[in-house]
Order: sequence, then C-alpha cells, then structure tokens
Amino acid sequence: MGVKLLLEKANVPGIRTYDVYRREGGYATAEKALKEMSIEAIVEEVKKSGLRGRGGAGFPAGMKWSFIAKPEGVPRHLVCNADESEPGTFKDRYLMEFLPHLLIEGLLISSYALGSNDTYIYIRGEYAWVAQILEDAIVEATKNGWLGKNILGTGFDCRIHVHRGAGAYICGEETALIESLEGKRGNPRIKPPFPAIQGLWMRPTVVNNVETLAAIVPIIKLGGEEYAKIGVGRSTGTKLISACGNINKPGVYEIDMTISVEDFIYSDEYCGGIAGGKKLKACIPGGSSVPILPANLLLKTAKGETRYMNYESLSDGGFASGSMMGSGGFIILDEDQCIVKNTLTLARFYRHESCGQCSPCREGTGWMEKILQKIELGKGEMSDIDLLWDIQRKIEGNTICPLGDAAAWPVAAAIRHFRDEFEWHINNRELSQTSNFGLQHYADPIHVPA
Amino acid sequence: MSEQTLFKVTVDNITIEVPAGTTILQAARKIGGAVAPPAMCYYSKLQGSGGKCRTCLVEVSKGSEKDPRPMPKLVASCRTTVMDGMEVKNITSEKVIDARAGVVEFLLLNHPLDCPICDQAGECHLQDLSFEHGKSSTRYEFQRRTFKKHDLGKHIQLHMTRCILCYRCVFTADQLTNKRAHGILDRGDHAEIATHIEKSLDNEFIGNVIDVCPVGALTDKTFRFKNRVWFLKPMDAHRDCPTCSGRVTLWNRGDEVFRVTARKDEWGEIEDTPEGKPGWICNTCRFDKKHANDWVIEGPREISRHSVIAQGHYAGNIGTTIPTETFKAVNDGRAPHLLMDIHNESEVNLPSIHLSEIEGPSHGTTFNNKSNNA
Repeated sequence: MGVKLLLEKANVPGIRTYDVYRREGGYATAEKALKEMSIEAIVEEVKKSGLRGRGGAGFPAGMKWSFIAKPEGVPRHLVCNADESEPGTFKDRYLMEFLPHLLIEGLLISSYALGSNDTYIYIRGEYAWVAQILEDAIVEATKNGWLGKNILGTGFDCRIHVHRGAGAYICGEETALIESLEGKRGNPRIKPPFPAIQGLWMRPTVVNNVETLAAIVPIIKLGGEEYAKIGVGRSTGTKLISACGNINKPGVYEIDMTISVEDFIYSDEYCGGIAGGKKLKACIPGGSSVPILPANLLLKTAKGETRYMNYESLSDGGFASGSMMGSGGFIILDEDQCIVKNTLTLARFYRHESCGQCSPCREGTGWMEKILQKIELGKGEMSDIDLLWDIQRKIEGNTICPLGDAAAWPVAAAIRHFRDEFEWHINNRELSQTSNFGLQHYADPIHVPA
Repeated sequence: MSEQTLFKVTVDNITIEVPAGTTILQAARKIGGAVAPPAMCYYSKLQGSGGKCRTCLVEVSKGSEKDPRPMPKLVASCRTTVMDGMEVKNITSEKVIDARAGVVEFLLLNHPLDCPICDQAGECHLQDLSFEHGKSSTRYEFQRRTFKKHDLGKHIQLHMTRCILCYRCVFTADQLTNKRAHGILDRGDHAEIATHIEKSLDNEFIGNVIDVCPVGALTDKTFRFKNRVWFLKPMDAHRDCPTCSGRVTLWNRGDEVFRVTARKDEWGEIEDTPEGKPGWICNTCRFDKKHANDWVIEGPREISRHSVIAQGHYAGNIGTTIPTETFKAVNDGRAPHLLMDIHNESEVNLPSIHLSEIEGPSHGTTFNNKSNNA
C-alpha cells in the first residue's frame, strides 16, 4: 500500500462539502500557512519539496514560483490550469470532482505565497458539472471566511474565479490559456516574454496544474523536506495516474513513484492486469503526447533494468528507447490493438486541435493524418513511412508551442518501435482490413496466468 | 538622444553593432543580402506580427557573451532580440536550411500551385520563397483545401484558398482602423480570415491589407486581372491628400494608371514617409485616383533588376539612359555572331528604335509607323 497524500480522504462520504472536509482536518494547513508562515517560508518549503509540475513538462514548481516578477504596484495572478484535455488523462477531473476543497485550500496557500488577489481556475468547457462543484465549493469557502476580504484577519484578500473554456485542447498551453482567459482567441503567445514576467493582462502570472496546486497542501502540512522523502530521486511526492485502456481496473491511482511499471499494471491494487487475460502489446505511459512504448521496452529499460513509474525511469533511454511521465495518462494497449489505427486516432486529434497559427503544425498535422488514413485503409506505399518520418521531424521543435512536438512524438515513436506493423499494413493491403498484426515479435516478457 | 547601448551580433560570420532591443531579423537585414532570413508573416510596421510562419528560423550558436550556451531549438529571428556577443547562423547552418525547406513545403501544401492564373504572380513573396528555398515537385498527393471567394467590401476580394494565415491583415486592420472588423475563424488547417457575419470592410484605410498580404489572398478589385505586374511601369508619384501621406507608386502602362499602391522597400514593406511614419495610403488614393493628372509624377521607381517586375524595364531613368551592359561588354569584346539577323526579315524590334524611348506598350504598329515615318 503506497502513501496517499491527495486522495487520502477521497472516499470519505460527503467530503465534497465544506463541513465534512473541515471536520476531516481540512483548511488547517491553510490556517497554518496564513497565520504562522511568511511568504518566503512557503516558497522555500515548495522549493525544498522538489515538487515538479504535474501538467506534463515536469518543471519544478518552486523554481517557477521564484521566477515571478514582482514590480511595485502591479497585481500578480495565479492561474490554475484545469483544462485537462489530453486523451487518456483524467486525474484532475477526479481530484476536482471529489476534493474541490483540497484544490481551493491549495489555491489559497499558493495565492498567498504569490500575492495573487485574483486567482483563476481555467476549467475545460466539457467539465461543466465539475465547474459547478467548484463554484459551490468557492461559495462555501467564502461563507466560512476562507476566501474574500481580510482572510483570517491577515489582511490578505483572495477571490477565486472559475472560467470555463470553450473546448480547445490548445488552451491547456499556458499562454494560450492566458489569451483565452483574457477573452481572445486561444492562440499560444510567442515566448519570451514568459508569463512570469508578462502573463494575464501583461501582469506577472504563474500557471500551475490542478494536481500541482493541490499538492501544495500536503507539502505545507508535512514540510518540504518530509515531502521530498516520499518518492525517489528528483521524482518526489506522489503522483496521480489515470490508467485506462485494456486493463481490468481503469481509474485514477495515487502512486508514490517507487513502484515498478510491471507492478502497476499487474498488481491487484492498481490496474489489475490486462483485461480478458490478454497480453500486453504497448503502452502510452503519460498521456497521448508522449512516445508509445512496446511491452519489452516498457517493463525493462534498454539496459535491462526494471522500469519504475517516475519521471527519470520512464524517460530513461531518451526517445530512442524511453518515453515520458507526461501528465500521467497511462494508456494500455493489448495484443488486439492496431498501432496504425491508434496512431491515426492520435494524429486526427492533433490535426483537429492545432490552432493554425504556425505553419508546420497547421499543415503538417493534417498531412500526417491523411497519410496515416491512407495506410490504415490499405492504400499505403512503402515510401509513405519515410515521408511520415520526415514530416514529423520537420514539425518537431519548429513550432511556437509544444503542440507541434506533441503531435510529432506519437507518430515518431510508432514508426520507431512498430515499423514492421506499418510495413505489414502496406504489404498486406487486404488482410490488414480484416485482421490484425497482433503481437508478432513484441513478445510479452511476462507470462500472465490464464 | 541619450546614449544607446550597442550590442555586437554576428550573423553568418558578419559582425554588426545594433541597438539593444533589435531583433535578429532586423540586425540581419542591416547586413542585407542573403544573410537576411526570409519572412512571410513578420512586418516591421505592424506591432505583434511575426513568429507564425517559421520561415525566418535561425540557429543561435552562441547565446551571448555572458551566457555562451547555444539555444536548444531554432528560434524565430523576427521575434528574438539580440544579446551582446550573440552568434547566429542563418544560411551557414544546415539545420536552418533543412527546416526552412520543410516550412516552405508546409506553406505550399494547401496553397494552389497555379501561379500563372494568380493575380499576385510576379510580386508574390511565397513565389519568391519557394523559388529560393523550395523543391520543384511536391510530395503532397491529397486534395487541397479550397474556399469560395469573398468580397470584403467594394474594392477588396478575399480568396482564402491562397491564404497562408500570416495574420498581417488582421494586425493591419486592428492597428490602422478603429473598429475591429475581421479576424480568424475556426482553427487548424481549416482556419480562415473572415469578417463578422459577412460584414464588409469599409474603413478609409482598409485598402492597406492588400499591400501587406504576402500572397494573392487579398486583391484589389479595381486592378484584378487587368494586367500583369511585369507589363506595368512603376512610377513614384504623390498628391496632396487630406487623409494620408499621398506618397504612392503608380503602376502605368502608357499613360493609363492601372493601379496605385503604397511605396514598398526592398523587403516588401511599406516605406516610411520623410516624417518617419509608415506611409500607409487611403482608399481614395488607392482606388479612386486612377488618372495620371491626379498625380505629380516624381520619376520611375527603382526595381531590383532581379525582380520579374523589372522585365522590360531598365533600372534608373527610363528613356534617357542606355544600359551599359551590352553583349559585347560581357562577352570579352567579341561581337555577337548571328546566324541570321532578324531585322533583315522583320520590321519588329528595329535596332534604330530604342525600346525604352517608346511611350506606352510597344506593338508591331509602333515599329511600322516609325519606319514608315523615317
């Protein structure tokens, strides 16, 4: 049984309401932070904790906080990025739906540390009911004096505004989110300047993921050093993983990042093995944007070491034989899944979600989708694989925001690890329409008892 | 003026000193020539433009004197400011050339390849760009996106099929006119420039969107398909205009004024007026004053000899100077050896009649009349 910091109380009946949350020890940390701790001390604890951004890039949160510019007389803002739109990732929804007050407590402490009097939650438009839960929780918290003017008599004012997006994946990118929050078209800005200098309404802004901000509560509660002891290496604390795909027990799990990937997939505590007693073929370990890994590289690194569920181990081997922790969307594909079709689905998603601002992403994503469609429909040529590789290479790193990279990586990894499946599709045009490539040589190194 | 901090920046091994805050692109343009990266969306006269087309990507091999680490990715030179001691590789970097070829390919992916029937041909930046950096064939085998043509007001036509979404016209309309009238609808490869529910653009300065458009997406309806730009003679002219600077380029054929545009510099951008303001022109000057006697003609406009627009014209004063580069001069003094002298067979192009002295377009009759008269 791993340590649970965020979801510890998630199963308490009625935890969504203020009364139960408060009875279970909620807001005690906020009280401690606001009354007993200085702003510098809070930032220092967050730095000590080694907390890394849970949104996907894994940038140290304490460092991000310390970059914020503090010009005189200019308000600063904290924005909570709840625009969770990555296929396969749904951890923030769970957190907000069941523990809205945990997020608000985290936001309150963070707002105090950053000096943000107006804090925004930018929530995905499709999460309409979650937005309502948050709104209700904010009303409750305000009524009980945790938000509003002069909180706990400290003279600190904080308002939290919930803003619903309009269904664009790109608005999860922090500068596009800021543009959208300002009421403009959600196009990512060209960086620099970074939001820490010029963000929302050209004021210094910090944009953090929901899980990052919720994790501030246990950090302040335990102290940064205690928090850093959980986990391993630079992957400190706990991480929410939303597991889905062909597994027995899909859902959101909190792990302490010392568990191996094999345990995570096969243990009954977590995913509970592959559904239907089938074999594992591949896995996208961190949400749709990260490179896909075949079973043999997923469970063991290229050096033959066991792979663990943490930032370092998952990215061991770089993109040649590793992947990324990403946003924690753990997608398992069993032996019956077609990699070409899976890649096409992802490519279609990125084509649809490209904002159309910069040319490599706007044109390249559509082109990749069309070629993949052609291969999937059994009309592909051998040269199409090389063409795909060339297109993804020319998108990656040449775009304004990381969406271009996110669109290129899945295609690149699919070709890198599953090139023979693409070739099989092209060589067996009719067969590929009715049957599946199956496992072939991506032999499952583990024998699952039937 | 207070003392400006000057930064040393090296582009393709050429060092130049520029004021702090200058972008890499502008530093490279100061050096000029092939060192300057191409730009499809950046427009120095428009705030906030640039960074979108990615043709101006350059490699920064040394960040600055203080922090000599190279930048990990290629950067958009139009939006990256220089640091002291920065070293930039443009045409000397293989990575840049490769990425640029990729960008050109992406830009041409959904762009129709029908330059012969496009009104912008001859002065199209995308045409120049693909000529310089592109390939002669395409690897794209699918249907291109197409749109219907739209009229944005009385004088401007929008053909989205040709648009490369550089956002220049959006910035122009935002910054020159009071009311925001048009923007981008939808996203991704089906994004389009549009006005709000088919509204027309009727601002006094809206005609400038035609000048900033790098491709043939926004065209002048008073000029569309009337003539090819390279058949026209560009002349600098001005008039006393109450609303704008009145400094324009007239595009003439004979005495007839075919179109009026703002004056453009060597980067295809609008020239500044002597007062240092961008020389945007108003719709009256652009669309309504199409008579030679509306204008005070200053003289022929200098056009780079390499531009297709210079075809049939001579740089410098038309009609008074004779080009020095004769065949004899470039051929080491040897006279051309002709198998057959066409002038023995035909009256056309008689060497006694100098092409640059003819008024208006030359026809067979011009030569016939002259030779008859003579």
